[in-house]
Amino acid sequence: MSAGPLQMQYADLAQQRDTAELGIWAFLATEVLFLGGLFAAYSFYRYLHPYGVAEAARHTYIAIGATNSVILLASSFVMSWAALAVQGGAMRLGGRLMMLVAGLGVLFVVLKGVEYAGELSEHLWPGPSFAIATDEPRVGEVFYAMYWLLTGVHALHLMIGVIAVVVIGRRVLRGAFSRDYHVPVRVVSLYWHFVDVVWIFLFVIIYLPGRHL
Amino acid sequence: MTVAFADLEPPVVAESYLSDGTSLRSWLLTHDHKRIAILYMISITVFFFVGGAAAAMIRLHLMTPAGALLDPETYNRVFTLHGVVMVWLFLVPSIPTTFGNFLLPLMLGARDLAFPRLNLLSWYLFVASGAIVLGGLISGSVDTGWTFYEPLSSGYASGALVVVLFGIFVNGFSSILTGLNFVVTIHRLRAPGLTWYRMPVFCWSTYATSLILMLATPVLAITLLLVIAERLWGVGVFDPAHGGDPILFQHMFWFYSHPAVYIMILPGMGVISEIIPAFARKNLFGYKFVVWSSIAIAAVGFIVWGHHMFIAGESVYAALVFSFLSFVVAVPSAIKVFNWTATLHKGTISFDSPMLYALGFVLLFTIGGLTGLFVATLAFDVHVTATYFVVAHFHYIMVGGMVSAYFAALHYWWPKITGRLYAEAWARFAAILIFFGFNLTFFPQFILGYLGMPRRYHAYAPEFQVWNVLSSAGSSILAVAYLLPAFYLGWSLLRGARAPANPWQATGLEWQTVSPPPTRNFARTPVVTQPPYQYPRTGS
Repeated sequence: MSAGPLQMQYADLAQQRDTAELGIWAFLATEVLFLGGLFAAYSFYRYLHPYGVAEAARHTYIAIGATNSVILLASSFVMSWAALAVQGGAMRLGGRLMMLVAGLGVLFVVLKGVEYAGELSEHLWPGPSFAIATDEPRVGEVFYAMYWLLTGVHALHLMIGVIAVVVIGRRVLRGAFSRDYHVPVRVVSLYWHFVDVVWIFLFVIIYLPGRHL
Repeated sequence: MTVAFADLEPPVVAESYLSDGTSLRSWLLTHDHKRIAILYMISITVFFFVGGAAAAMIRLHLMTPAGALLDPETYNRVFTLHGVVMVWLFLVPSIPTTFGNFLLPLMLGARDLAFPRLNLLSWYLFVASGAIVLGGLISGSVDTGWTFYEPLSSGYASGALVVVLFGIFVNGFSSILTGLNFVVTIHRLRAPGLTWYRMPVFCWSTYATSLILMLATPVLAITLLLVIAERLWGVGVFDPAHGGDPILFQHMFWFYSHPAVYIMILPGMGVISEIIPAFARKNLFGYKFVVWSSIAIAAVGFIVWGHHMFIAGESVYAALVFSFLSFVVAVPSAIKVFNWTATLHKGTISFDSPMLYALGFVLLFTIGGLTGLFVATLAFDVHVTATYFVVAHFHYIMVGGMVSAYFAALHYWWPKITGRLYAEAWARFAAILIFFGFNLTFFPQFILGYLGMPRRYHAYAPEFQVWNVLSSAGSSILAVAYLLPAFYLGWSLLRGARAPANPWQATGLEWQTVSPPPTRNFARTPVVTQPPYQYPRTGS
């Protein structure tokens, strides 16, 4: 949990490190189930109404979605680089790369905001003034309900990730870690990769239905 | 259990965890798992009596066919409060957060849980959720029952429902973090020599429970978030008025809430597996079967949720599969009952109060479990769905089982936790009174349900009155019996004799340290060399 000296409940640093690592994996397992509920609900409606979902999904902004996918993949690459740098003792490089990761995350959120603003002005929020009339009634609204919830929950996770990367990155720059003990960097990088992987699935199920290349 | 010691530095004479700081601050900011267990114990006791008061009002009301006490709307609110409070603020946290928190590190020979600060955060989340849930229930007119079925919740229920749902959402994070903490602790913080098969069954059942807490609760959290979003922002996926499907809500809700039923019984099974060997002076019969049946219950429990929906528009094929799986999940529970019974066989049994509660558990759990097979049977379930038969069935498990196990644990580990002894005669009297009060309250409900009295209504047909009066009479006995421990345990706290380290001559690492334990649990890290429950044979 923290970098400091050995905490009293552990026998040694190795045990403390292994425990933190198992902790983040267990946490990610809970996240899989949390988001899994949303994915299951989405899959249920897509299975029930494949054409309506495809019709509604064609209204998503694929250019921004694709750009954001590239940004997140790049950020994961930089995050891995940063973790390797810290592991090898290159703290200044590692810390700066983590700031770059956070910057890419912010860029993602800004682009997502632009996308949201455009969609709101096009009346793509479910409700009486909803813009898309699908052949099957209200399927467009259900698709967009899932869209806002899925991307909203993901964006919230990403913003938490940005804060975590900045906090830990600053500690890297201040020299709080060593080659022997840098488990918080590993924990935050696993979380970041997880949020990235979730987006890969989201991109596929939100932007691609109904778009045959 | 014979125990060697790892390091040879001289033992530090440490203060008991109770006297290590006496200010309010030293309690509210503690990282000590034992103090956090006490904080939980105080909070869930408050919630238990709130939920119990609601139950008493329900039973008083149902003394007469027209209803004796409440108007219909208030009745709906009171049974909603009873269900919500008892499930999320008492039963789910009951044994894991109190005895699990207190005992797990002691049984593992560890100094604390893996993440002590996270443990304290879990308690704060729990208390905050309790305040939010109770605030919403009492100030608003929430009358949906504890299941929040759609489209009632989205379209018709009071606006305060959002507050209650948010409270349960917060409560979920307390559960998730507690489960995570326990799982990681069991994996990483076992004492030298404490292999998986040397762990007491209580640790195994806490492990199984924690897996469910970790993996089922997130689904409840997201489901409630979807209802909140539907209510607040019109972003709907369950309400037909928004194009959604209310049956999807039931699937997602029961995907959590059926495993949650096992959250509410597995820890009790762990407690019973500790107590029966200790008071039969015998090794637990079939240790590996008992531990693996816990894991099997946790695993199979994830795929039986559809049996709550036999009449909710599920296909016959799905209903058949869920019915079959519900029979399958009964097998490991039966294995446990057989193993406890076999442990008693030819044992040197003493009927101290923890044992009385434990035997009560076995009897009541068996009745609850067997009637579970009745309702897993499709044809019979269609007959008794939404009747008092179902109410009686799950109260035999939740109250007859889990609350009995909670009291069994409270009496068994009370000397360890407080360092004091209690009045044994009073404790035995309360145990017997609870058993009789419970049966008088709930057995008539099996009959009522079989005769067709529907649950959740504020009034009933006059021919059901006899059984309802019996049930209400039983509930007043039960109420007195549940209040008794408050007196004799309170007296024990103030005036009770000092407890020795091991008053029951039980095995297990928690009995190797003094009562109450020092802040760091053990003067030296213990080294375990044997399996648990090595009770000397007394040649009976």
